[in-house]
Amino acid sequence: MYRYDEYDQAIVDARVDEFRDQVTRRLSGAMTEDQFKPLRLMNGLYLQLHAYMLRIAVPYGTLDSRQMRLLAHIARKYDRGYGHFTTRQNIQFNWIRLSDAPDILAELATAQMHAIQTSGNCIRNISSDQFAGAAADEVADPRPVAELIRQWSTFHPEFSYLPRKFKIAVIAADEDRAAMRLHDIGLKLVRRPNEQGGDLGAEVYVGGGMGRTPMIAPLIKDFVPLGELMGYLEAALRVYNRYGRRDNIYKARIKILLHEIGADAYREQVEAEWVAVRDQGIDPPAAELERIAAMFAGPAFDPAAPDAVDRSDPDFAVWLDQNVRAHKAPGHAIVTISLKPVGGIPGDATADQIDLMADLAQAHSFDELRVTHAQNIVLPHVRKDALYGVWQALRDAGLAEPNLDLIGDIIACPGLDYCSLANARSIPLAQKISRRFAGRERELGELKLKISGCINACGHHHAGHIGILGVDRKGTENYQLLLGGSGAEDVSLGKITGPGFDEDGVVDAIARVTDRYLAERTSGERFLDTYRRLGMAPFKEAIYG
Amino acid sequence: MADPDGNGADAPTLLRFRDDDAHDEPAVTLDAFAAQPDATAVRLEAGDDARALLPALARLQLVEVSFPSFRDGRGYSAAAVLREAGYRGELRAAGDVLVDQLPLMRRVGFDSFAPEAPLDAEAARRALDRYDHRYQPAADAAVPVWRRRHG
Repeated sequence: MYRYDEYDQAIVDARVDEFRDQVTRRLSGAMTEDQFKPLRLMNGLYLQLHAYMLRIAVPYGTLDSRQMRLLAHIARKYDRGYGHFTTRQNIQFNWIRLSDAPDILAELATAQMHAIQTSGNCIRNISSDQFAGAAADEVADPRPVAELIRQWSTFHPEFSYLPRKFKIAVIAADEDRAAMRLHDIGLKLVRRPNEQGGDLGAEVYVGGGMGRTPMIAPLIKDFVPLGELMGYLEAALRVYNRYGRRDNIYKARIKILLHEIGADAYREQVEAEWVAVRDQGIDPPAAELERIAAMFAGPAFDPAAPDAVDRSDPDFAVWLDQNVRAHKAPGHAIVTISLKPVGGIPGDATADQIDLMADLAQAHSFDELRVTHAQNIVLPHVRKDALYGVWQALRDAGLAEPNLDLIGDIIACPGLDYCSLANARSIPLAQKISRRFAGRERELGELKLKISGCINACGHHHAGHIGILGVDRKGTENYQLLLGGSGAEDVSLGKITGPGFDEDGVVDAIARVTDRYLAERTSGERFLDTYRRLGMAPFKEAIYG
Repeated sequence: MADPDGNGADAPTLLRFRDDDAHDEPAVTLDAFAAQPDATAVRLEAGDDARALLPALARLQLVEVSFPSFRDGRGYSAAAVLREAGYRGELRAAGDVLVDQLPLMRRVGFDSFAPEAPLDAEAARRALDRYDHRYQPAADAAVPVWRRRHG
């Protein structure tokens, strides 16, 4: 994985000094809260309902055991002994004191970490495929390109006061594990046919997003060579910075600009801007991408690692089938650690659990971990003959729930329990659903359930096979139910079933939907497939009679 | 690196990073500038298209870019567009210009500042001197770290 050199370290250290200076000026009254707010947000510091929340960057979701242990340390020293892994492949701490924030950043900098651009109207943490470097289906590891973009976008002088936040995802496989087309810019690395050079480049999708106006990003450019990608991104962002709406916060994302002027007009403007910036020397030389890529070359997998796994322990076999995926190297596997125990808070982990995952990564996964946008943790490179031991250690720590991609593997935003923007609680509802369907999860098969506590859609409800949106209806929490969304390569947006429900009502409605699915499904059909075949009508009838 | 040069008691809030004398012709609106072939100073509002000035770069000596709110980042692109096109005259950020935005504004090519409220000179100096390294090239003289890495 990426390692800082003296330049990266100097930049992060300077950032700590800068933020300490800003906090001092805020606390002394030299700066107003209005002036301070965008500065603290660009360092991941939100003012929530009860305290400050600090969101720490985990670039493209990759971290090592030392960094993971530092997160456990921060949970113990500055928070209440736990952290919350988020849909941004980051971690956030919910009980932070403003005066502690500079010290936390200083501690992070000792392990090559930071909170830069984890919030604010700037280019956010770059997200990617949590199986990068381990999956057999990628044309290349997408993370070197993500790191190149991270550096280009860090403190970008032109794009730090955009109309609104800006999220970029990079993938390199046909299977989309990062909801690429639901980002402001989604990049899919592809290799051109040999007769066209055989080189790597990116398909560029622009204008996706969730929020109150969900949109799937259209393809804007079918191939940008990697050596020209930063220049193209500069052009794409400049058109947005100049012409994106600033009169209405709800219409300020780039998807609205695309929608209003059309993908063709946007494409033409980017092409014109690209011409203007092409001779500005924005793209680093190929040697820079090669330097970064060399750090992602990956471990030396033992070709003699045995492929066979002893499945005699039935509980282990269930977990093996559900949470362990194929690795590109024989004798190895990709393990997803579910942070969704029955009745638990999705994405939460205690400091002790974080330490344990760090220990397992160090001992069994070449020192690497990943954070997934579904709020789980991945050990990407585990020898198959170590799987049973890893599972036992996880089980003893309450981390072996065998429910990856099942109904209990719920994505939920923090909701009204923490968030000052929320209209409704997400966590208690997630817990109720998790308990209600415990024991039936595998019978229901792949079923991605996602809950947002307000229209900003941090819980990705538009992309859930089943989505839930919490709203405020005349002062009481009300939940709308959506069906048919997907954040994968078969991307689609869910549709609202009809009138909303109270908390227990929406759980009952999900039960009626899943019962109807079981009655209607044909062999091998996921819930989403059955929904797409039959449409909304039978489910609506099941819910509302 | 930072050597802000205040220009006297009459205009204590003007910070300049240029060796020449401040241009004293008042800046006119973009429309007025287009109608006045002798005008050498123009003021761009946040929504104005900086590219409209490109045919007139040779006669321009001062471009003042308005920041109605420090959160409105359009002026950064206006500055970048002008510097990329070869504009070498004074480029002034005016309005809601604050200490913590100065380093970014310097990078996109602003070399003078007319903040509507006075800036803390010491805080401004710290902000401008803080970073020794930059990841990306811009309109300033900073060398991107990838060039330091690869020569």
